[in-house]
Amino acid sequence: MVYTTTEQPIMTQSEFLNVVMPFKDKLYRLSKRLLTSAEEAEDATQEILMKLWSKNDNIANYKNVEAFAMTMTKNFCLDRLKSKQSNNLKLVHSNYEDGNTSLQKQLEARDSVSWVEKIMEDLPEQQKLVLQLRDVEEYDFNEIADLLEMQPTAVRVALSRARKIVREKLMQKHSYGIG
Amino acid sequence: MELDRIEKLLEKYFEATTTVVEEEQLRDYFSQDSVAPHLEQYTPMFTYFSIAKDERFTKQVPLKPRVSYHKWISIAAVAVMAFGIYFGNDYRQQKEAEFAYNETKKALNLLAQNLERGTEKVAYLNEFEQTKQKIYNNN
Repeated sequence: MVYTTTEQPIMTQSEFLNVVMPFKDKLYRLSKRLLTSAEEAEDATQEILMKLWSKNDNIANYKNVEAFAMTMTKNFCLDRLKSKQSNNLKLVHSNYEDGNTSLQKQLEARDSVSWVEKIMEDLPEQQKLVLQLRDVEEYDFNEIADLLEMQPTAVRVALSRARKIVREKLMQKHSYGIG
Repeated sequence: MELDRIEKLLEKYFEATTTVVEEEQLRDYFSQDSVAPHLEQYTPMFTYFSIAKDERFTKQVPLKPRVSYHKWISIAAVAVMAFGIYFGNDYRQQKEAEFAYNETKKALNLLAQNLERGTEKVAYLNEFEQTKQKIYNNN
């Protein structure tokens, strides 16, 4: 008798996809912000969605599946970055970035909108996350604070700092570009 | 007047004290063509955020048909039971055979004892027969 109340109806594939559909792009964009490579971000997102699917039984228990999935994604990507660093792959990664200097990429880099993307790549991870979650995904401070396990005031400080850095770097690039 | 408001919002924006709605207004302002020249430097920032929002995850996710936890538990339970019955049966048969062997042995022992007792009696009988023959022969 007791067991019937705790048992959750198991979601079908299409029900699961309906739950996940509204925020799967956010997971991907967050992964891409942290991992910088589109391919790695795709793999990470795929893995997170598959993990969620295998947890399916409990998914109905989470009040906010999206927040849960975002936190999972953040942790997953940060772990991946950490293991990359310990494998000395960071060197390879920066090589990869430098390798992008094909003519087309150079032209693109001249485009000041993609400057912003490049500037964001160089931000510390926490500022990257805060800027992504606020200015791209439009989460409010409390949501961001929960996701990043920070105080809302600390989120505000980090966000202000990140925005100012982007502005400052953009000004620098802009004046070089003209001069 | 509008410009004045945008300037104030920008100031608040960099202190991170704007609301989500106000930031939306900033993005709207910078996405139109007539941005005031002295604010144009901020355009790439807000334009980039708007563009970044549109990026989509297009890869397919292979979701394996999930076998539920309960199903696995019941499969495991059936396996354990089958195992138990199979080997348990063997064990029981062996025990039964042992028991039967012991019982038979006991019965045979009993028989042997009684037979021995019987032969002792038969020995007396022999004695009697011999004595009787002796008496008959004497007559």
